[in-house]
Amino acid sequence: MRGRSKDQGEQAAAKRVQFASPFLPYLFLAPQLAIIFVFFYWPSAQAIQSSFYLEDPFGFGSTFVGLTNYADVLKSTEYFGIARFTAIFTALVTFFALAIGLLLAVKADGVIRGNATYKTLLIWVYAIAPPAAGLIGMMFFNQHIGPLVEFARWFGWDIKVGLDYFDTAFAMIVVAVWKQIPYNFIFFLSGLQGIPVSVREAAAIDCRSELRRFWTVILPLLAPTAFFLLIINVTYALFDTFGIIDVMVKDKAANNPITLVYKVYMDGFRGNDLGGSSAQSVILMLIVLVLTVFQFRFIERRVHYN
Amino acid sequence: MHRTRLLDHVILLIGVFIMVMPVVVAFMTSTHEAADIHRNGLSLTWGGHFAETYETVLAREGGFTGKVTGFNMMLNSMILGVGFAVGKIVLSMLAAYAIVYFRFPLASLFFWVIFTTLLLPLEVRILPSYEVMNALRLTNTYTGLIVPLLASATGTFYFRQFFKSVPDELLEAARIDGAGPFKFFIDVLVPLSRTMMAAIFIIMFVYGWNQYLWPTLMTTDEGFFTLVRGIKQILLVWVGSNIPDYNEAFALAILAMLPPVIIVVMFQRWFIKGLTESDK
Repeated sequence: MRGRSKDQGEQAAAKRVQFASPFLPYLFLAPQLAIIFVFFYWPSAQAIQSSFYLEDPFGFGSTFVGLTNYADVLKSTEYFGIARFTAIFTALVTFFALAIGLLLAVKADGVIRGNATYKTLLIWVYAIAPPAAGLIGMMFFNQHIGPLVEFARWFGWDIKVGLDYFDTAFAMIVVAVWKQIPYNFIFFLSGLQGIPVSVREAAAIDCRSELRRFWTVILPLLAPTAFFLLIINVTYALFDTFGIIDVMVKDKAANNPITLVYKVYMDGFRGNDLGGSSAQSVILMLIVLVLTVFQFRFIERRVHYN
Repeated sequence: MHRTRLLDHVILLIGVFIMVMPVVVAFMTSTHEAADIHRNGLSLTWGGHFAETYETVLAREGGFTGKVTGFNMMLNSMILGVGFAVGKIVLSMLAAYAIVYFRFPLASLFFWVIFTTLLLPLEVRILPSYEVMNALRLTNTYTGLIVPLLASATGTFYFRQFFKSVPDELLEAARIDGAGPFKFFIDVLVPLSRTMMAAIFIIMFVYGWNQYLWPTLMTTDEGFFTLVRGIKQILLVWVGSNIPDYNEAFALAILAMLPPVIIVVMFQRWFIKGLTESDK
């Protein structure tokens, strides 16, 4: 992970020599910008606009209602329940996916022979679509045929996915973590293999205990990778798990754990609540922006790049 | 230094078991008959009904929805995956070229206009995006399926990073030879970027193939369903049937994961290179 420099705007991009042309750069940028404006900025602006309006359900125009939609969302206890679940879900998925990915990477890094085989066997799950993972997970947690349900029964736990809130949440987290482990594994393994042998040897001389060596030398060197993965994993848990959740709750959100993104989708497309859904979108945008700023300002400061 | 211990291998093997097992079981189970699965649960043995099940899923008209076959869905997934990957590479290379190799007013403004798209994924603005598609009459079209997904700048940043690492001397030499911007781009930069393009193609193909939310919203016409989208359909059809077609559901899931998994396994060197050697 050497190439992960901080983005410093176009200053960093500047070459010593460049072309100067009055219109060519705009021509090259035009397709990308056109798509970004039509499919990114326009809908984003529209989300903000319609969050202030109450849409007539029969399509007879809309009324300006100011912040009512936001007030409705923020007053609802249901919304806060979902927000709480989203936070817990994100934290658990991120933690376990990172921890297991790191553990496997450290072990694979230590094993010289067989490294390539382990690598191949561990990364391919990355390519599986979240809904496909969700479907397989559903089958494994199925009341009639699921081996994991049987397994849990040994311990006296009767898993009822789809009926019991906690059990469904548990199954979702297991599937979401399973799907994300390979991604973290790849990055941690490349990070580990990028640490020079001389550094490892010096560390081995200085510090006998392998575990302490890992904590004091190896892990700090992996910090940039870990920071980057933290952002990616949080984003994954918040957004990319949509397919897993949708397959597992099958449109019956009522008693099932769902995330904020799923709620936006339910209210907008199932409930036809345009204003409410838009207000939620805007709240979500703000959450993501705050998270991003927070991550860059507070966490990255503690990370040392070489 | 590298003292390999038994415990390391045990942990790795448990990891491999956890990652590989569910898919192996899914595949094996898909070769059994539905009633058999219903009675005996998931299976690790060969059920002997491979050809029938997969033929049904691939070829039966109206298998799930009344109009579309699994083969059609696979074709649609392919169009989405390849279209998205190619579109991403073309757009991003051009934009990154402009940002890295040209000096022009407003450059930093455009940089930020593009950069901000990395912050907000499509999922947070689904409803308004859908409305825009409606306004442009792009629902149930391949354009509508592919183009809005291109509105994020991941690829641009991969290529920007890569172009920055290209030595300045190349451009100087090219200019001495009298090469203009087009010639430099096509004769020098594109050939240099071949492995980068391959790596990004793989990542973007997998990403496009695996799209779920957007195709779910965009396609109501079953002729445009992708395989990943079809998974939801098969689960909805289940409700009400006596013995759910577990075998067909598994077969569909296996088909939906096959192309991206094959590509990642076969080209893992490029895939890993693309993932790890640049900004995401």
